Amino acid sequence: MSERKPIAGVTKEKTEKLIKETLAEMPAKAAKKRAPHLGANEPSASPCAVKSNKKVVPGVMSQRGCAYAGAKGVVWGPIRDMVHVSHGPIGCGVYSWGTRRNLMQGIPGVTSFPMDFTSDFQERDIVYGGDKKLEKLLQEADELFPLNKGMSILSECPVGLIGDDINAVAKKMEAELGKLVVPCNCEGFRGVSQSLGHHISNDSIRDHIIGKFAFPDPVGPYDVALIGDYNIGGDVWAAKPILEEIGLNVKSVWTGDGEVEKIGATHQVKLNLIHCYRSMNYMCKVMEEKWNIPWLEYNFFGPTKIEESLRAIAERFDDTIKANVEKVIAKYKPVMQTVLDEYKPRLEGKTAMLFVGGLRPRHTIGAYEDLGIQITGAGYEFAHQDDYDRTAPEMARGTLIYDDVSEFELEKFVEELKPDLVGSGIKEKYVFQKAGIPFRQMHSWDYSGPYHGYEGFKVFARDVDMAINSPTWKLVKSPF
Amino acid sequence: MSAEAAVKIVTEHSPEEIARVKEWINTEEYKEKNFAREALVVNPAHACQPLGAQMVATGFAGALPFIHGSQGCASYFRSTFSRHFREPAAATCDAMTEDGAVFGGQNNLFEGLENAYALYKPKMIPVFTTCMPEVIGDDLTAFIKNAKLQGHLPEEVPTPYANTPSFNGSHIHGYDSMLKSILETLTEGKSIEGKCTGKLNLIPGFDGNTGNLREYKRILELFGIPYTLMADISEVFDTVCDGTYRLYPGGTKLEDAAESVNGKVTIALQKYSTTTTMKWIEETYTGEKVTIPMPFGIKKTDAFLMKLSELFGKPIPEKLKEERGLAVDALTDAHQYLHGKKFALAGDPDYLIGLVSFLLEMGAIPYHILCSRTTKKFEKEMKALLATSPFGAQGKVYINKDLWHMRSLLVTDPVDGIIGDTHAKWAARDARIPLFRIGFPIIDRVNLHRNPVVGYQGAVNILTMIANKFLDIKDETCEDQWFEMMR
Repeated sequence: MSERKPIAGVTKEKTEKLIKETLAEMPAKAAKKRAPHLGANEPSASPCAVKSNKKVVPGVMSQRGCAYAGAKGVVWGPIRDMVHVSHGPIGCGVYSWGTRRNLMQGIPGVTSFPMDFTSDFQERDIVYGGDKKLEKLLQEADELFPLNKGMSILSECPVGLIGDDINAVAKKMEAELGKLVVPCNCEGFRGVSQSLGHHISNDSIRDHIIGKFAFPDPVGPYDVALIGDYNIGGDVWAAKPILEEIGLNVKSVWTGDGEVEKIGATHQVKLNLIHCYRSMNYMCKVMEEKWNIPWLEYNFFGPTKIEESLRAIAERFDDTIKANVEKVIAKYKPVMQTVLDEYKPRLEGKTAMLFVGGLRPRHTIGAYEDLGIQITGAGYEFAHQDDYDRTAPEMARGTLIYDDVSEFELEKFVEELKPDLVGSGIKEKYVFQKAGIPFRQMHSWDYSGPYHGYEGFKVFARDVDMAINSPTWKLVKSPF
Repeated sequence: MSAEAAVKIVTEHSPEEIARVKEWINTEEYKEKNFAREALVVNPAHACQPLGAQMVATGFAGALPFIHGSQGCASYFRSTFSRHFREPAAATCDAMTEDGAVFGGQNNLFEGLENAYALYKPKMIPVFTTCMPEVIGDDLTAFIKNAKLQGHLPEEVPTPYANTPSFNGSHIHGYDSMLKSILETLTEGKSIEGKCTGKLNLIPGFDGNTGNLREYKRILELFGIPYTLMADISEVFDTVCDGTYRLYPGGTKLEDAAESVNGKVTIALQKYSTTTTMKWIEETYTGEKVTIPMPFGIKKTDAFLMKLSELFGKPIPEKLKEERGLAVDALTDAHQYLHGKKFALAGDPDYLIGLVSFLLEMGAIPYHILCSRTTKKFEKEMKALLATSPFGAQGKVYINKDLWHMRSLLVTDPVDGIIGDTHAKWAARDARIPLFRIGFPIIDRVNLHRNPVVGYQGAVNILTMIANKFLDIKDETCEDQWFEMMR
């Protein structure tokens, strides 16, 4: 891969100076802990010098969530035909109810369950334990929602601390109810971020679901699964049609708008296509080891990356698919050109800084670049070393890389680099908007979407243009 | 299921089966089953204690809310406030993890306080807990004392703290505990025999409507009553966009809060979210102390104004008299659009009391009234309120029930509209009735938190929202021969 062209005004020396100045304002111990997480990009360095997946420094405003958030909000929650029980006190279930925008088909309360099921722990449950209550709860849920295809139990902090055995309850109830009951020990205090929640969830899917089902039809040569797409704002519904158009059969989706039995039969597909590497690479590796299923990372943000990905996918199949891919690329080229013709003239030469979960900063860079926008800083809430290794080549030399960046640091960086757009989360959004800086929420597409695929790029381009070129920003400074 | 269990074939539900269940969940039989639930809670309309504590902590000038516990909780509270107010919600956390569970969270607290103080330079650090330190039994009193003794935080930085586990009460109780602790800390040693500031201490209670707080302040300014609004989030969660981000944009001044102990009068406008605080204030503060209902609708606003007038010996301002007249004019003009209309309501106890009172004034019928976490005392008070009007005769009160119960009520015994926060939108959609968004959180509509729903102006605002929606529905759904220019 050729190195990104340098960005005017961005040098390794300037970036390192900025980092040094920012750290100097922090207490010595905190600065020492934070220093390894900040760096100037060296595209060819491997491993990437920025450290990740370490504990949050207490007292700094981190944007991270917890293992429960990763398990319920990201992995399990989007499976539409299961009842997902937030087991523990009220808070976690309420805050994670409907706030990640993982859209799903079905009839709510009948065939899909985009709801908040919780055991609403009270003090007596902490004192006497909640196992009995959990059994009763699962019976009640199954009776009231009979078309559920299974249930998951997502444990909150107190459940693990008081030593309740949700695994035993799940086993017992699975036998009693005759359907899947899956325990997931994803207490929020485990690990250092959402990331461990993904891993724990993946393990529970591995142990309880995968391999337990089979598709009714014979397995075909073009059967694939989509791994790590959570259907935020309809992303899956924009990605799946492209794969189908090139002749592949998407047999199951993990886990956006997902169906549990189809997830349980994924081991029959010919290729796993993984989008969010961070949250689900474990599963691809499991299926590779146990069932010999190859896997491939792909990126459907922006036409350049879509084309690259489609060609890489085609390489795994025969000439029919290869021909289809070229046809699809040719078909959408003029469509994408129309989008570029409309928006690129207004966006060329702008810069943006990104701070999102564990994938999007590196995956969306191509889409911004398609629009002529350069990325001057990027970082992740909960990425690991391999994510940063994949990021370095996507970024220009000397750009800022920041891991688990605190609000204090990000503010300083933005103040200095003056990007035309910041793409990050809800907690950061208004901080930067008050400062008059255009912003898009890149966890939730700011209540828009989809952003994946050809359909998604149209929406992405419109949204980025809308954010950067909104006349409202010109009103921020008053004339008097 | 053992690892060797037979592989099952992927199945689909038949359309007939789906149709059957779809109908079944709207039946009386289902409702009965639904109400027989003992363990399962589905779609509750309440949040947890620390969220309320954070709201209070945010409402004091220069205060940095500090969460002792796990990182994820902090993220959830901050997101919730940012989604509702569309504002930054600064708070920090000491990010306890597994080792905290084993060794306790004291080291996290030490390091956290040190960093938070150095980085964000707060004037006060209110500390509150999440479930984790509560379950393992962290001793906040000792920890905070040690933190100061060992120099992790200067002695003079006020550090009030509250125990706010999620497994007790709800967000309104966290509000109560944190407020009491802050006032306790700030007023310590400030009580001066015989001194009176002449000021009113106004405690609004858990209120996500910044417009309400601004309305209280406007009313007091019209009266010319000097006041201290406690935990004033209106300048924190509703701030200017002028190119500068301010970490501490407003809030109750710490010196004003400290002086409140010598105030002339203390009024709490929510009973259920200020119980502990007011009990403590009764014992500690000089001056008069009263708890009165939120001024929803005309009568409760009248009562609020008369109380102010009586306590401060000031006449009701002409401007407010005129506003009353204008509001009553609006209510009489539009009474026909609400009269006899049935409503379901879900929300916090103090909001429900106020809203039901308003509906009764309008000749509307509060029909299903649901509070997803509260007490028998509330149930009794609500029933007494319903008994004051013939329009309350049909009202039924449901305590500690959730919005899935509400759904059953709506589909088996329909109403014309539901009043509640965003969470009620699912039940409203299934029942095909409009949701009038009043309460917290409102995360799917803009600006509603800026419009007051209390006071005379608030009554007009609620009326406008409800009546016009009913008229919209009529225009959108009536047959052509009933489509008219005038409504």
